[in-house]
Amino acid sequence: MGVDVETTLDLAPLVIGGREFRSRLMVGTGKYASNAHMLSAIHASGAEVVTVAVRRVDLSRASEEGMLHHLDPEQFFLLANTAGCYTSDEAIRYAHLARAAGFNEWVKLEVIGDQETLLPDTAGLLEATRILADEGFKVMAYTNDDLITALRLEDAGAVAVMPLASPIGSGLGMINPYAIRTIKHRVGVPVIVDAGVGTASDACIVMEQGVDGILMNTGIAAASDPVRMAAAMRQAVEAGRLAYLAGRMPRREVAVPSSPVAGMLDT
Amino acid sequence: MITLTVNGAPRRLTPDTTVAGLLGSLGLDPRLVVVEHNRQILRDRTAYHSIGLNGGDVVEIVHFVGGG
Repeated sequence: MGVDVETTLDLAPLVIGGREFRSRLMVGTGKYASNAHMLSAIHASGAEVVTVAVRRVDLSRASEEGMLHHLDPEQFFLLANTAGCYTSDEAIRYAHLARAAGFNEWVKLEVIGDQETLLPDTAGLLEATRILADEGFKVMAYTNDDLITALRLEDAGAVAVMPLASPIGSGLGMINPYAIRTIKHRVGVPVIVDAGVGTASDACIVMEQGVDGILMNTGIAAASDPVRMAAAMRQAVEAGRLAYLAGRMPRREVAVPSSPVAGMLDT
Repeated sequence: MITLTVNGAPRRLTPDTTVAGLLGSLGLDPRLVVVEHNRQILRDRTAYHSIGLNGGDVVEIVHFVGGG
């Protein structure tokens, strides 16, 4: 009896906060050379969730700089971030501004604690998560790879925890697979690894830990060819997910022949 | 004329200017921006026409930009 290949390879949708997403790759919209590059890369990535930042309109320049001139909110799920916020109050203000744009009540919550590493201020993050979740926001919390913080964020009402693979924009790949796996094993809400993925193999290895998805920006935007890298990331995320579901073979430190030992000539 | 602070810079407007009028004078589509008036976020865009601005008011006009 054969295995139904199509059914086996069908990846279940990702469910966060009661909403289904078909792609496990989420992408940012920052740092692209042009909006045309950004749009092509997003299409190549197959992403449904697309992050945006909230900033002052530059009144001295054309208003066409706004993302809503380029991204169709009917086509993409716009996930506003609170990047650049250093206190919970500031992050909450940005989340409120994002909500007032009128698309959804979701926020990728960042409360940054340090300018050089952009590592999260976990105390401020927890406080802001609690307040925003109580107000009805679906909070996806950008955090470090610390299990206890992830557990507290879940308790505080986060719909997803987003541990970093490595610092934002570093492209260093996953520094601590053990910590990421531990978070995935212990946290009930989806785990979306956010930040640090530099190339397709990084994304694949992250997904092989069993996490639910990846959010990335610089890994695609800063590639020499963002469209090709976006397509590579899409395949890597799918490959990593399938490999995780497939269950890898055990590692052995001695060779085990793949071909039969029996039946050799002259024996 | 009255003087307000709009996105961090002083701006002179006629005394009867509404939020809708300010956006119009800046060439901004109200559907694509969010306005905060004296730290109060204006969630109801239909009210833009009825909210008047006063001298000394602080207005922030934000939108979505590229980010990760």
